[in-house]
Order: sequence, then structure tokens, then C-alpha cells
Amino acid sequence: MSTAQRYWREIPRRYRLEAAKCTKCGFIAYPHRAICPQCKNREFTAINLSMNCKLLTYTVIHVAPSQFEGQAPYTVGVVETEEGGRLTANIADVEPEDLKVGMPLRLEFRLIQEDGDQGVLCYGHKAVPA
Amino acid sequence: MRDVAIIGVGINKWGELWEKSLRDVWVEAALLAMDDAGVDHIDSIYTGSMSSGLFVSQEHLASLLADYLGECPAQSTRVESACASGGVSARMAYLEVASGQSDIVLATGVEKMTDVDGGGATFALATAADQEYEVYNGVTFPGLYAMIARAHMEKYGTTLEQLAHVAVKAHKHGAKNPVAQYPFEVTLEGVMDSVMVADPLRILHCSPITDGAAALVMCPLEMAKKLSKNKPIKILASVNATDTIALHNRKDFTTINSTVKAAEKAYRVSGKTPGDIDVVEVHDCFTIAEICVVEDLGFVEKGKGGAAAESGLTDLGGKIPVNMSGGLKSKGHPVGATGCAQLVELTRQLRGESGERQVEGAKVALAQNMGGTGGSSVVHILEVA
Repeated sequence: MSTAQRYWREIPRRYRLEAAKCTKCGFIAYPHRAICPQCKNREFTAINLSMNCKLLTYTVIHVAPSQFEGQAPYTVGVVETEEGGRLTANIADVEPEDLKVGMPLRLEFRLIQEDGDQGVLCYGHKAVPA
Repeated sequence: MRDVAIIGVGINKWGELWEKSLRDVWVEAALLAMDDAGVDHIDSIYTGSMSSGLFVSQEHLASLLADYLGECPAQSTRVESACASGGVSARMAYLEVASGQSDIVLATGVEKMTDVDGGGATFALATAADQEYEVYNGVTFPGLYAMIARAHMEKYGTTLEQLAHVAVKAHKHGAKNPVAQYPFEVTLEGVMDSVMVADPLRILHCSPITDGAAALVMCPLEMAKKLSKNKPIKILASVNATDTIALHNRKDFTTINSTVKAAEKAYRVSGKTPGDIDVVEVHDCFTIAEICVVEDLGFVEKGKGGAAAESGLTDLGGKIPVNMSGGLKSKGHPVGATGCAQLVELTRQLRGESGERQVEGAKVALAQNMGGTGGSSVVHILEVA
């Protein structure tokens, strides 16, 4: 089990979708970065990713890691927000057969996992039908 | 820089080796390579291991392995680049010989994966992905490659049958490899009806959990004839490249850009083109990986990797024989060992020692080994000296 600070440190990104936009080329860094991988600029503007996104690819996980075993089968996908931020996210409230690459989705604040038997409840965002 | 040759190779039977420890399997392979080369000492050792800490709670492999090989005080270094650890190990050994720092260098890889249960192995393997932004949200390694497969199917019309053909081919060749973990054939229907792991990838699309090691002895080409009776195999190129660790940050999920970039440089420094390559080993950790990589190495047009497997182009006797060893799928995938094992297979192919799975007259070979979803790739090009 990890210490609480490992979880606490990521709260701004996971709870509030805090990201950074390169002042030179517009690259969206989620999470924030010290240097832009596209143009090497070190100046960023703080932004929050919007909740509106679209589905880029997905899978249905049947064999799950231990902390997700109770949820299997569950759907995970890559989504892109309106600004161009990319997330790997659990996709909820939709049957896999109704998913289509390119369809609009919306990010929603949800419980993601429990860290161990007595660990913290771990929150973040899942994608749901728009 | 000096020219470098492989003069000895060693690999032991791979599988679930419950009676053997990490040091046992590693020393077996190392001694096989030294005996094959005919050398009685080693100046420097490299060991690729992805996660001996998580798999057997043992770090400091540099000391442990030099000790149990009886080679202390030889220089010894453990390297890590997830599933590309073995390829990086070979590259470090190559650089050490080429630079003139050492003459006889042992490149090795090892993973002992069955000392933890399935959940423990899944956890250890997932550390090759972005822990905070991929694994946190429940994605697994099969899941990440399944998303690559979905993207490839959407973009290029790749079919489930084409994916299954990669597994059938791997097992067809692996059945001819006595060290393979699963040396038997599988049918197309058997693959397509196997248990679902991460849609659309089923269990027979996935490489297994394996215990195993592989080793290579390298030396300066000019010393090869004096040190060993074996036909020297020259390393023409040894190149490493990287890409984003998270799959979601890639512009195109179907292209393994680290492989594209490593291959471009490997072709350039070796003076070879894809058309010059006679036999290939690629990192088919999942069937879709082979399809992407055969394209990204320039053997077929982008999007035609599935058709290549289906048409027999990549079979023994085909235009570009891929994974005559059985690949990760049939031979097994002890993650840190895989990159070195590919070079063991290709060295034997170039020496003409591969028996039933020999590519006749093979002179030039290419190996592609990658970590994670392609966050790192290593490409080697070898030639009969």
C-alpha cells in the first residue's frame, strides 16, 4: 500500500483536471510538465480540462488487476477533451456494443478504486455518454 | 569504434521452471553462451531484467550474477527498459566492446516470473505503463494493446482472423523450437475461441508468463577468429529510441514510433534496407504488436501487417520470415530475457544451425525488441561476417 502523500499529490489533476498549455505552441500537458515536448518552451498557462470529450479507442477488460477485480468486465478507453488533453479513463454507464470510436462522451467525477483493504478511496474521472 | 561480433550464444529450456531460481536459470544460459564461444572468462557482464525486485524481491543482480558465474571481480551492470531490457543489455555490451573498454563481454537477460501469482505478475508488468495516469484507471497491458488493436481495425480494416493468424504462425514455428515454452501448434478456431482477456484480444493473442534467460558473448570482430571456432556474426547496428510512456499521448495509436525511429537509424548506419533482411525477430508480446511492427520496420506498407500474416508472407518460406523462434507468443516471454533471446535465435539462423526452422541461406537479420506499449524500442541488424 502506498503512503497517502502519493495519492494527495495527484489530487489537483485527478479531481480538478488541472492541466497546462504551452504559451508558444499550445501543447496541452496533462499532467503539467516542466518543458514542452513539442517546442522545448518552459512557459505554460494553467488551465482546467473541460468535461466534454470524444472516444479515440477502447477495450473491455475481462482479466483485471486485483484492485479492479470486482468491477470486471469493465470498459477502458482513451478520450480527448475539447482542448486536446488526452486521458486513459474508465468508461461507465454504457454497454460496450453501444460504443463507437469518435463518439462524444463527458467526464464525470467518480470513485475509481480502493487502495488495499484499509486504504484510501481513490477518486478521479470516468467518461460517460454525453 | 571497433567492429563487434557475437561469438557465443546460450539459451535454456523456457517455461514455468518451479524447481529453478533466478540465479539458476541465468547461470545456465550464461555458461551455455561461454561454452558455445569457447571462452573461459568474461571482462564485463550486462544483465537486462525488468523487475527482479517485484518478481523475486531481489535487486543488485550485478553482484549476484557475477558471483554465481564465478566471475568476480568482473565489471557487472544491470539495465532496465521494461520488456526491452534484454535489447538494451545487448546494446550496452556492444557499446562497451566497440568503445575499446572491454574485449570479452557477456550480454544477458533474465526474468523469473512464476515466483509470484498471476496478480503479482500483472502488477509487476503494469509498472511498464504510466502508473499514475494509465494503470490508476484500471487499464492492463493486454488492455493497452487491445486499444492499439481496436485503433488498427478501425483505421485499416484489420480483422480478428488476421490477428489470429499471427498466433497460429508463431506456434507453427515455435513447435520446431525445443527451448520454447509452448512448442505446439494452435488452430485458427482455437485462437478465435480462446478466453477473452481484453476485447478484442483473447488469451491466445497474448504472450505467456515465463521463467527464462538468454546470453550472448561479444568481442571485437578482429579477435573473433582467435577466440572462437564459431562463425562470427557481426553487429551492423544497435539502436535504441523512445516514445511517450502513455499510449494516450501518441498522435497515432497504430504506429510504434520508437521502432520507426530506431529502424530508420539502424538501416542508415548498417547501409541495409528492409529488402536486404533475410530473417526477422519482432516483439510480438500480443498479436497486434507484430502486425504494427512489421509495418513500422518497413517490410510492408502501413496497414498491411494483418494481410502479411494471413497471406503467409511472414512464414518460413515467405518473403520476410518473422519469428522463426516461435516469437514471444510460443517461445515464451521472460520479459528481461526476450531481447537477448531474439539475438540468440538470429545468430543461430545466420550460422545455419536452426534445423527445421532454418531460413535457407540467411545472411542478414534484424531484431526488434520493445518496452511497454513501445515507449522504448531497440533494433539490431546482424550479418554473417
